[in-house]
Amino acid sequence: MFTIYEARKIITMNENRPVATHVAVKDGHILGVGTLEELAGWGEHSLDKTFQGKVLMPGLVEGHSHITEGAQWRFIYVGYYDRLDPNGKLWTGLKSAKAVLERLKTEEAKLEDPAQPLTAWAYDGIFLKDSITRKDLDAISTTRPIGVLHISGHVVYVNSKALELAGMLRKDIDHPGIAMDDEGLPAGEIKGLDVAVPLNVHIGLNRLEMVASEKGLRDFSRLCVRHGVTTAGDFANPLPKPAVDMLVRVTAEDSFPARIVSLRIARDITPTEIIERVTELKTLSTDRLRFGKVKIVTDGAISAYSARMKWPGYFNGEPNGLWYMAPERLREFFERALEAGVQVHCHTNGDEATDLALDMFELALRKHPIPDHRFTLHHCQLANTAQFKRMKALGLCVNLFTNHVHYWGDQHYEITVGPERAERMNATASALAAGVPMAIHSDAPVTPIKPLFTAWVAVNRLTESGRVLGEAQRISVQEALHAITLGAAYTFGMDDEIGSIEAGKFADFAVLEDDPTEIDPLKLKDVRVWGTVLKGRVFPAAAV
Amino acid sequence: MTAVPTTLISGYLGAGKTTLVNSLLRQSAGRRLAVLVNDFGTLPIDADLIEAQDGNLVNISGGCICCSYGDDLTAALLEMTQSGRAIDHFLIETSGVALPKPITQTLMLLPGILVNGIVTLADAQRVRECAGDKYMGDTIHGQLAVADIVILSKVDLVPDQEAADTIGWLVGISPRAQVLSSERGDLPAEAILGEASVDEPRSDFMRFVRHGTRYETINFESEHPADVGALADALTARALGLLRAKGFVKAPDGKLSAVHVVGDQRTIEPAPPWVSGASRLVCIGLAKKFDKTAVQALLERHFHTLTAHDRRENQPG
Repeated sequence: MFTIYEARKIITMNENRPVATHVAVKDGHILGVGTLEELAGWGEHSLDKTFQGKVLMPGLVEGHSHITEGAQWRFIYVGYYDRLDPNGKLWTGLKSAKAVLERLKTEEAKLEDPAQPLTAWAYDGIFLKDSITRKDLDAISTTRPIGVLHISGHVVYVNSKALELAGMLRKDIDHPGIAMDDEGLPAGEIKGLDVAVPLNVHIGLNRLEMVASEKGLRDFSRLCVRHGVTTAGDFANPLPKPAVDMLVRVTAEDSFPARIVSLRIARDITPTEIIERVTELKTLSTDRLRFGKVKIVTDGAISAYSARMKWPGYFNGEPNGLWYMAPERLREFFERALEAGVQVHCHTNGDEATDLALDMFELALRKHPIPDHRFTLHHCQLANTAQFKRMKALGLCVNLFTNHVHYWGDQHYEITVGPERAERMNATASALAAGVPMAIHSDAPVTPIKPLFTAWVAVNRLTESGRVLGEAQRISVQEALHAITLGAAYTFGMDDEIGSIEAGKFADFAVLEDDPTEIDPLKLKDVRVWGTVLKGRVFPAAAV
Repeated sequence: MTAVPTTLISGYLGAGKTTLVNSLLRQSAGRRLAVLVNDFGTLPIDADLIEAQDGNLVNISGGCICCSYGDDLTAALLEMTQSGRAIDHFLIETSGVALPKPITQTLMLLPGILVNGIVTLADAQRVRECAGDKYMGDTIHGQLAVADIVILSKVDLVPDQEAADTIGWLVGISPRAQVLSSERGDLPAEAILGEASVDEPRSDFMRFVRHGTRYETINFESEHPADVGALADALTARALGLLRAKGFVKAPDGKLSAVHVVGDQRTIEPAPPWVSGASRLVCIGLAKKFDKTAVQALLERHFHTLTAHDRRENQPG
């Protein structure tokens, strides 16, 4: 006995049978795709018409996000763009600092304990052209600490109470990350993760606790359902024991609606120890939870000027960024991982970092010439054709940070990298032309997890201001849909299990109201998601 | 809470940071050092120094401790300063690619931390090659340029002339720093951890400190006061072979001054408010040139003279 689902259309992403009307599911796996008559050949079945009017796609794969997107929603959203929360509530984007302060005031009024911190996130001053000050926030409360996190996560705006509790309401501060006001006290903007540490505890921010938050993970999975995602990467998790235990326990529930691929970030222990640790973790992997991969960070971020750039560097003359790992270490990681059969995903934001990763990987691969390693370079925002050709030659995959083109493309054009290089940022067409296996990503919570939106950016390359940033790098809808299904699945080494609708794979579907291959490509981001199916289990977005 | 002097140990991979840390721990002599390490790696403390290990915290002989801070130095330091543990000096071993200046700027924000200085190590065999590396060159230069002390390590592994050339080169790119050389971290702790302020006068003659150098130290304490200006002047005499003298001297009115003598330069400042107690000075010189007998005699004379003089003045009518 098995079930045959009838749909308006099934987009399989399998070139042998690109579209169909019926899919048969048995024990959580796809028995077959085709017509009702064809599938009936498998024997006794029931016909389920739940998706009669819907379009099915393979469950979407978010190739680079962070489960902390879920835990962020414990804070008040004050971002510039509209954003859907895990409950399905749409938070409207705030277009001025005044609107941000008004929302904070409204939310503050709901808090009873006068000492309870008020924390907000996703503030983006780049668009608002004005900064929130300590005094603005003091007008909301002088009794409770207030912290407003910048969308980058690297800047926070605080009130006097928060500064006072952290011992930072002082006149003798001389720090490039802390602007002082005319009273000689910190003006309220605190730049730099390290500088904000004394404040974090007072504004309710505990990053280690957030990666181990059960509610955070559940909320993350609900966002996945709302956006058609059935498999999502959790990049750069330190994976402390409480986080591992929580992930294992929660994803073990049959009702948990997503597959999580959680990568251990490479820091604080040696390459050998990291490899041992993830190899050990790998034994805990299940259908819905995959361990055993390593994330390496080589440099910072372009918007923060901490990415490592090749000449001619930053357009506005900022000095070059920071290395987060020495070449010898990177090479050692690559060598040990190749040797041990552990897959590495490597963050390289600036083009100099991409060069370094290519150089070190080439040396490592010469030593351990292992085929089909699937090591993947992430972000790679300034990679050029020459670099993509090297990736191809070395068997590397790439996962481009396409969403940047829309959200910060104008700033990259005008400020960070200048017009010419901005037009070829996240060069999806060049990557495909070079034959590099490619995915595209959101890096949620940096941008929202919503692969159809990410695909829309890759297809249209429209910035916030409406500029088409890099006509030549636009890719087709079909290519973009491949990138958010099989493309991303390939980088996880899971393309034999997920990423297309064909016999033998998991019955993981995105259930859509609209057909992404028929809709105007300019509206790809507006395709409505009804929910998902994970391993044959149906998850309507309206019910999560 | 008294602020704890804090020294950053910077330098690229293999420059000798860990060796220096272990050397300082071996010379701790009652000074309770807390070592915080960042870089990837198994525990960087020599096994014979370890008394016990409790998770991330290692107890080291002499009341010292060591822990790693991953990517969050600020949190580790806050935890340490708030733990109530007695610490006389923080040693922070930064990652091989970290730029020390921004770290010290952040440390200056923390209550309970007094930034004492940046020590950058340079591997005599590799530093010039690394400084020309297309990826790491600017980082290496950034580490050296802001140093208060640069230590050319592993000088025993290169020819004398090469060491001398590299020292000359370092003097050029580390304009603020005293440039020292060492083999296997063989520098006196006082030369690295001295309690004076960060912005010390540059010692030009330090550049001539060479391969094979050995140091000798005098630790002098006295309950007596002294004329601090006269003492400091006397210590600048070249014939003494003194490299550096640092410490606190009590004036007849009981006030302590911080004294720092390097070569022919001297600085005298009021001691920080958390310093109290008797006069004490540490004097360091090169083994073959340091006239310990003369320096010892000079110190005794200065403290004794003033005492005798005071006694005379205080004699009734």
